[in-house]
Amino acid sequence: MKIPNSCRDISGLLLAREDRSLSFGERLALRVHILTCRACQRFEKQTLTLRGALRAWRAHQDHDDPPDSR
Amino acid sequence: MHTPQTGIDMQELARRIDALRPTLLRLAQLQLRNPAWAEDAVSETVLAVLQGAQRFNGTSQLKTWIVGILKHKVLDQLRLHAREPTLADTGDDGEDDLDELLFKGNGHFREMPEHWADPCSELQRDQFFAVLEACLDHLPNRQGRVFLMREWLEIDSRVICQELDIAPTNLWVQLHRARLRLRECLQSNWFGAAPR
Ligand SMILES: [Zn+2]
Repeated sequence: MKIPNSCRDISGLLLAREDRSLSFGERLALRVHILTCRACQRFEKQTLTLRGALRAWRAHQDHDDPPDSR
Repeated sequence: MHTPQTGIDMQELARRIDALRPTLLRLAQLQLRNPAWAEDAVSETVLAVLQGAQRFNGTSQLKTWIVGILKHKVLDQLRLHAREPTLADTGDDGEDDLDELLFKGNGHFREMPEHWADPCSELQRDQFFAVLEACLDHLPNRQGRVFLMREWLEIDSRVICQELDIAPTNLWVQLHRARLRLRECLQSNWFGAAPR
């Protein structure tokens, strides 16, 4: 298997991580690349921000009663 | 019908359901992307809520309980229509220009990804959620359905494959594209947009 090492590959892993668990090799490649790549560090932060935002959105939709029905 | 001590007043319940209806419909439509199916899911939810009202435990939030039922009814609709061509439609997500937009031929980012500030602070949360929903709504139907199955229904990827009878690689591709597209939409319309 080809070792993922371009920013395209690594950002792909960062997105895939939201939906499946990465293999050991994938996690290793991710760590090594991200250590030295500012762009992928930023991209990773974006995916984490989006993860939190989606969680907040879901909680808002599923649980908060709109103020007018309190 | 008698009003049980631990249950909820039926008139009050009807009023609350009425108030929630637009929200339920919006969520069902976002997931199902078909107004008729969304209507069905909401009608069945309301029916189930009225039938189950005796069992409603007044200490748990009413909306939490109702949306929980809605999620089941929405999933029923997805199952019911899983084999229909409208659900398996193609052609809306075949292109890869998102990758082209983001990366150069050698796999490097064309532009440095921007720093994203937390969008969920008290002040701007509602505005952000409106933009987020617009972006979700904008996803091609097939991508939007699987993405919301993951992020709203919170279904495991493996189970989504079973429910929709699709191969895991197919699902990964759909989700990958949905996430890239959503990221791009939010970058353009929220994070990178002019100050609000
Ligand atoms: Zn990189």
